[in-house]
Amino acid sequence: MTDAARLNRLRWHSRRGLLELDLVLERFWLRHGETLDEGQAEALEQVLALEENDLWDIICARQGIGDSRLQGMIELLREP
Amino acid sequence: MNQLAHPTIRKFDAIIVGAGGAGLRAAIQLSESGLKTAVISKVFPTRSHTVAAQGGVAASLGNSEEDSWQWHMYDTVKGSDWLGDQDAIEFMCRKANEVVVELEHYGMPFDRLENGKIYQRPFGGHMSNFGEKPVRRACAAADRTGHAMLHAMYQRNVRANTQFFVEWMALDLIRDIDGQVLGVTAMEMETGEVVIFQAKATLFATGGAGRIYYSSTNAFINTGDGLGMAARAGIPLEDMEFWQFHPTGVAGAGVLITEGVRGEGGILRNSTGERFMERYAPNAKDLASRDVVSRAMATEIKEGRGCGPDKDYLLLDLTHLDPKTIMQRLPGIREISLQFAGTDPIKESIPVVPTCHYMMGGIPTNYHGQVVVTKDGRHDAVVPGFYAAGECACASVHGANRLGTNSLLDLLVFGKSAGESMVSDIKAMPAAHKELPQDGSDLARSRLARLENQQSGANVHEVQLAMRRVMQDHCGVFRFPDMLAQGVTKILEVEKQVMVTEIRDKSQVFNTARLEALELDNLIEVAKATMVSAEARRESRGAQAREDFPDRDDANWLKHTLWHREGNRLDFKPVQMKPLSVDSIELKKRVY
Repeated sequence: MTDAARLNRLRWHSRRGLLELDLVLERFWLRHGETLDEGQAEALEQVLALEENDLWDIICARQGIGDSRLQGMIELLREP
Repeated sequence: MNQLAHPTIRKFDAIIVGAGGAGLRAAIQLSESGLKTAVISKVFPTRSHTVAAQGGVAASLGNSEEDSWQWHMYDTVKGSDWLGDQDAIEFMCRKANEVVVELEHYGMPFDRLENGKIYQRPFGGHMSNFGEKPVRRACAAADRTGHAMLHAMYQRNVRANTQFFVEWMALDLIRDIDGQVLGVTAMEMETGEVVIFQAKATLFATGGAGRIYYSSTNAFINTGDGLGMAARAGIPLEDMEFWQFHPTGVAGAGVLITEGVRGEGGILRNSTGERFMERYAPNAKDLASRDVVSRAMATEIKEGRGCGPDKDYLLLDLTHLDPKTIMQRLPGIREISLQFAGTDPIKESIPVVPTCHYMMGGIPTNYHGQVVVTKDGRHDAVVPGFYAAGECACASVHGANRLGTNSLLDLLVFGKSAGESMVSDIKAMPAAHKELPQDGSDLARSRLARLENQQSGANVHEVQLAMRRVMQDHCGVFRFPDMLAQGVTKILEVEKQVMVTEIRDKSQVFNTARLEALELDNLIEVAKATMVSAEARRESRGAQAREDFPDRDDANWLKHTLWHREGNRLDFKPVQMKPLSVDSIELKKRVY
């Protein structure tokens, strides 16, 4: 899969069942979509594999994320 | 795109479009009957919008106190403002206990009483003894009822060998010259390949279409794909004027601010800082019922007292509350406000607006989940091979307004009954599939080709935004005659733009631009149906509140609207007032 195709797939995986997550991810892509590096794409892929309610709880800091390597991505998603 | 000329054909006994609650429930029925069943979904099943349902599912189990399906039925008919079909409502309320217990056996982790039975909590509109006093009828799994339900049913489907086609988008329905439905064309997102899914029975369980509104609680995937496909295939859409709104969604975002905020002392203010609810509801003020608060907010905005540069929202003021109350009792609300309004409610008011939440109308069905149309003077002619269930369908159990927790019940009961109908209809058919029409994939093919070749066209996001604005401004929670009339003209102008949308990215792999353009084709059908039906219905009933016709008019409007795409016209059919086994619930004023 080309880089562009991989990014397109991540964009589609940012379509969620909860509006809250759609909005957070839409904002993330507007801010960071053009400058996403390999490591961030990798982290985003793992974050997007989380369950809907878990991901929202993590973004709201009601729940921690087990893997500390993903913390940076969560911070980017959390930026109001 | 030569591949389009001869698409691959995949054959199944049954196909289901949509993997939310209704689709998964129907698939269990089909796969466990040994039928070869495919489920097509834009997203992974447990990411369907059913996941957002928190409140619970209604069933008169009577685990905590006496309850009965007749009382539940009464509440549902009353909630529907008598527009719901009483045969379908009786069917749903009688089946509720059965489908909830089945779900429990699938592994659904319901909250429990100490004696091990399912815990039930009170919910708005749930009453005992025909509207006398509140009753505990809602079954829930903490605040993750929808999430738990999807997981339990997805696992059950995996066990039953249901075949999932995840990240596929259905494009159009295939009907032959007799009107029989023989499947759908669909596109695999990963490759852009278009495939014909041929089936003896096709179920749409595609969910809602709340994205037609500027302010909506619905996730981005709720684009009314099933309704768009049905409308393009000549199936009418029923009761599309009825949309449930919540008074306080964050302006510009749609995320809900729970009623609990006003319960804790939150006050609504207009651009002059006035606590305007004192004028509309001198006693209850900000705690008046949802429809009263929503109408008051819409009136303030219409009369120019909205806030912000466009005067299009109001303010929910919590700044007078003790910060401890906000932090301790409303922590989730502070987070939502910080995230989506950019304001800290301890210091500043939250911009809010009445927000679209649920679609009562949809693809017309009977209580067996079979799609029905008007033919030879009858309103219950079954479209062979075609079924619909869940929010995309109109059975009609919600009528003009849905009772809380009946949405999850709807998808369980009618997902199951549609699955049962499909099983028995398929078994009565010849073993071989009916031949596909030569032009079966033409419609989908021509839409894709148009999009591929469009030049000097319109921007998808701009057109989508224009549509959502027109719907919000002209056909919102409180409806004004001049705005509706202008709205019909405006939405048809938007449609012209939808017909010439252009995408720059022509790549094949997960081309989100193409997908969004295809979704907009579906949204616009829903938007037109909503606007035209709302303009035509000259009464106020349930969720349709008109300034010029403030009362319900049973003499002229106790009937369902049916919107037809061809000619953008309406016809009507009577409400089924006769239940299956009990006496009709007679008309009376809906007061709580």
